[in-house]
Amino acid sequence: MRYRALVTLAVVLACVLALELACALGWVARTVIIPPSEMVGSLRDILWSGEFNRAIALTLTNVMISVVISISAGFVLGVAIHASDFLRRAVEPYLASYYAVPTFIFYPVFIVLFGVNSAAIIAIAVLLSIVAMITATMNGLDRIPTVLLRTARIMRLSPVKTALLIQLPAAAPYFFTGARLSVAYSFIGVIASEFILSGDGLGYAIAYAYNNFENRQMYGLMLLIVIAVTLVNMTLDRLDRRLQSRLRR
Amino acid sequence: MTVLAMASRDAPKAAIEPPAASLRGVTRHYRFPGGAKTLHALGPIDLDLRQGEFFSVVGPSGCGKSTLLDVLAGLNPPSEGTASFEGKPIAGVPDGIGVVFQEDASFPWLTVEANVAFGLKRAGIGQAEIDRRVDYAVGFMGLRDFRQSYPAQLSGGMRQRVCIARTLVLQPRLILLDEPFGALDQQTRLIMGDELLRLWRETRATVLLITHSLDEAAMLADRVGVMSARPGLFIDIIETGWPSDRDSRIVADPRFGEMTGRIWEKLRTETMKHMQTQGAGPR
Repeated sequence: MRYRALVTLAVVLACVLALELACALGWVARTVIIPPSEMVGSLRDILWSGEFNRAIALTLTNVMISVVISISAGFVLGVAIHASDFLRRAVEPYLASYYAVPTFIFYPVFIVLFGVNSAAIIAIAVLLSIVAMITATMNGLDRIPTVLLRTARIMRLSPVKTALLIQLPAAAPYFFTGARLSVAYSFIGVIASEFILSGDGLGYAIAYAYNNFENRQMYGLMLLIVIAVTLVNMTLDRLDRRLQSRLRR
Repeated sequence: MTVLAMASRDAPKAAIEPPAASLRGVTRHYRFPGGAKTLHALGPIDLDLRQGEFFSVVGPSGCGKSTLLDVLAGLNPPSEGTASFEGKPIAGVPDGIGVVFQEDASFPWLTVEANVAFGLKRAGIGQAEIDRRVDYAVGFMGLRDFRQSYPAQLSGGMRQRVCIARTLVLQPRLILLDEPFGALDQQTRLIMGDELLRLWRETRATVLLITHSLDEAAMLADRVGVMSARPGLFIDIIETGWPSDRDSRIVADPRFGEMTGRIWEKLRTETMKHMQTQGAGPR
């Protein structure tokens, strides 16, 4: 495990060094990409100057709201669809092909409904992330071993206690996988929406820097997002692995 | 007197004490989904389980052994007839019945200790009593060194011990075992059989064991019920006459071979019937 992590780190470092070298030797034009060392310098300036604090806070808030809505509503909808055969037969084909639809085409609809503000951005992010939670919830409930439910009956647990004490923990690893995907899709939904049409947030800041040939700032902001998303993903991945190894049957 | 003619340890009691559980004319039919056709899975069956006896059930695959267990556990009502436990009709899962399933039913999100204590906590028993019973059951099943382990860290046999311990702490008066050692290797099965006998002697509970293994049935039981191919009926109930302090060393006794031979003689025809209905008769 440690060896694998070291190899991964070595690959990343090698790529960074190669890019640094390519930029220093002039093989890549500065108008295309700047050296990684300058990206780090730009990121340091961005964080120390506080110039983008408002944009960072806004983006993270939008992501968090989207995560909370998509996980909670996705879980409730997943449970409801799982409970009704009729609903499931009606909805399942749409869920299966959902990610074939480019969600961003609905952005104008949300602009009309909510205006050019965070609500439209959150709506797009929720639309993108909620289905991952719905399908993970249904999958988790499907995969609860029948013997555990029979054991609950033998122990004469009420339906509520069966749900809370048996079904919920038994399906928890699947719920967590859904939550993890919802976080990733929320980041994509919020930042991409800010990029397309917004007057604030990190996505907008990147688009603004790009339109004004502020390469240094643009790459600094991109590095910030990459680091933030990687850290969040690594934390969730570690929790996911711990949960999966404990609950492996 | 031959071993087959010897009286079981509970035979005299049976005449005095009422049965632990009874089935009278019990049948079970299953309806195929979306159709009017039904499958006659079981019965009609009449059976009295004597207080404190160890009763094994053997029969061909699909003969309704597990259905019989479901009816006794109150998990499935009979289609016809009556099932009763301690003189009261079974409607839902009665108090005093414990079940150990073939599949691993340990809760993977709980430690061994928490698994064993699970039922006791739900039953509203005081913490001191929970600790006492869990300590005893964990020790009895040889899990003391694994109290804080999770099921994923244990072998299949040890997980099954966790499930048995979880049933044991609830002090059931009737223990139903549905092929609990089906997934284990032969040596582990013999050892687990010994532990089961020890548990039975200690608790004095009535035990009904469903098994595919003739050796297991013959070694463990006071009586062995041999079932026919579907719909399952008891075609014979054989008294083994083993002493109550028996263990797996009994397999070396020449009388053991005689016993399994007798069970197999009854079962062979039924197994062939089952194979022919499945289109896999002997060639």
